[in-house]
Amino acid sequence: MFLPALLGALINLNGSGRYIHWGFIQISVANFVVIILMIVVFVLAILLPFPKRKRDGQ
Amino acid sequence: MSDDTKKARRFKPDRDVKEWKGAYVPYDILKEAFVAFLAVAVLIVLLAVVFSSPDEPAITLKTWSAVDPVDFAQTAITELDGTSGTASYGPPYNSTPDSSQHIGFFEPEQWFGVHQPIDTAQDFVIGPLRTLPNQPVTQAAVSLYQNASGAQQNAWTTAYEKAVANATDVNGRLHVPAGRYGPVGIMVGSLTDMAQTGGLDGTLLSEGEFYNTNYTKPLLFLADGTYLADKADAQHLSGDQWGMMNETGNYPGQAWLWLYTMWYQVSPMNSSTNGDLEVWVIMMVLSIGLIFLPFIPILRSIPRWTRVYKLIWRRHYRELAGT
Amino acid sequence: MSIDTGVPAETPARASTPEESRQWTARMRHAAESAFPPDQLLPDRQPAYMASWIYVFGVLTVVSLAWVIITGCILAIMGPSWWHVSSTGHFVNSLHLWSVEAFFFFMVIHLWGKFFMAAWRGNRRLTWATGVISFLVSVGAAFTGYLSQQNFDSQWISTQAKDGINSTGAGSVFNVLNFGQMLMWHIVLLPIGVAIIAGLHVLLVRRHGIVPPFAVGDGDAAAETPATTTTTAPAGEPA
Repeated sequence: MFLPALLGALINLNGSGRYIHWGFIQISVANFVVIILMIVVFVLAILLPFPKRKRDGQ
Repeated sequence: MSDDTKKARRFKPDRDVKEWKGAYVPYDILKEAFVAFLAVAVLIVLLAVVFSSPDEPAITLKTWSAVDPVDFAQTAITELDGTSGTASYGPPYNSTPDSSQHIGFFEPEQWFGVHQPIDTAQDFVIGPLRTLPNQPVTQAAVSLYQNASGAQQNAWTTAYEKAVANATDVNGRLHVPAGRYGPVGIMVGSLTDMAQTGGLDGTLLSEGEFYNTNYTKPLLFLADGTYLADKADAQHLSGDQWGMMNETGNYPGQAWLWLYTMWYQVSPMNSSTNGDLEVWVIMMVLSIGLIFLPFIPILRSIPRWTRVYKLIWRRHYRELAGT
Repeated sequence: MSIDTGVPAETPARASTPEESRQWTARMRHAAESAFPPDQLLPDRQPAYMASWIYVFGVLTVVSLAWVIITGCILAIMGPSWWHVSSTGHFVNSLHLWSVEAFFFFMVIHLWGKFFMAAWRGNRRLTWATGVISFLVSVGAAFTGYLSQQNFDSQWISTQAKDGINSTGAGSVFNVLNFGQMLMWHIVLLPIGVAIIAGLHVLLVRRHGIVPPFAVGDGDAAAETPATTTTTAPAGEPA
């Protein structure tokens, strides 16, 4: 019975969109967040230490 | 290539690499894929539960003609007199001269020709009106129009276009000031009524058949008006708003189209009548450039010069320095 | 007394005569075996220099594509109108949309990583090329998906995109206003295209291996030596 609530949205993204205007660039807050997230994830992927593994023969 | 030829080739660090003869570590490729599969499943379920997805209902000709009958009528008259966006589009819809986009002699739109033929007067106005039963006044008006000379038809449509510019919407009914526009007033009035019943949506789509999945005609009619464009502009979807990247509401859209839509914001593409073709050519060149990047000097050296790789392979370089 | 199991006593599986080795079947099998020895196709070890989280974005992209296809198949079971009339259908549509967002998210990060590793080095240019082409075909597949929504968004996208596509002449055949045509491109032709090109890309990765690091000293501008160059992994070696 909680299924209809589950299948709806917890955060409603409908309604008028929010936009950032910067010079000739206009970008939605949503797209901006996605792009920033991509850059953050990329940087983290490069910087975060990777678990050491035993070499063959060790 | 013989071994001798290979040996004579100069080593270029941006093109070549000495293959690995060093240590290996155990690695379970299928388990990694399975874990990733589960991780992405969790991610998309979370996103779907939290954010759902947008579904703005489609606009019908019925809605359009009811909410803005003046814009509908102003569009209808341009379909009848051949001045609408679709009527003057050129290929692939019709053969309007000097309408195709081109860059110098390069005019592919013209070369491919008319393959989705549309006669807006017949397909959007006269044809649908002819399907209306038990409307002798409308049928007589259409016959009068069709039997008149080209000059007479032109005089009527020009007069109507002037009059409908001052038309008003009284409780959803179209009120056009009087004028010498002959049968055209009745024709556009009937078409508006037909649209408001939903009949025009059905007739334009079905084209007299039972099944159809080709929405070319109703979409072109809709796009010739300003109602659809105004709604899109309100949602930041217009071309000059970087609209190609955007989605309705606050949903993320197609961020990967950023470069394609960017060219539409810059000169000369943003004001050129050949802007679409110019942007396509630019994007084709850049896409081919990206595919052939390994062959392009300077660009293929950027990874080596920027040294991000020193971070990626820092453990490898540390171990090399230690040995 | 012998039991007749129906199996001939000796069944040679491999071509043993020159006549048989001219067969298409034998030659194709031989070519596949030498291009992809089993322990290269499904390796159980990897080079020690692969010690970074950036390496997981390729597999994340592939599994995101798998979820795009799975959720797409569920939508296909009930047809293109289902998600407008059913909350379950709408949920599956949401899964499909977010798996597409995840697919492009991970693919672009994968592209950035591969660029900064100059992953085309050592005869891996076709691996790079098939990766870029996968991206471009995926953009097309996503585009036809947006056209197939049957809502306001598809009305706007189709009437806008037609101008770009018509300007190239492709609009004479590829009619973005034709829902039936666009839906079939989206669920048949383009998924097959993406699968084939992405599949080739993965096979090329298995064939040529993950690109080794730049050598120490390659960072210098004048790092060019008239040394011998091996540009492909010797056959049989795990890559």
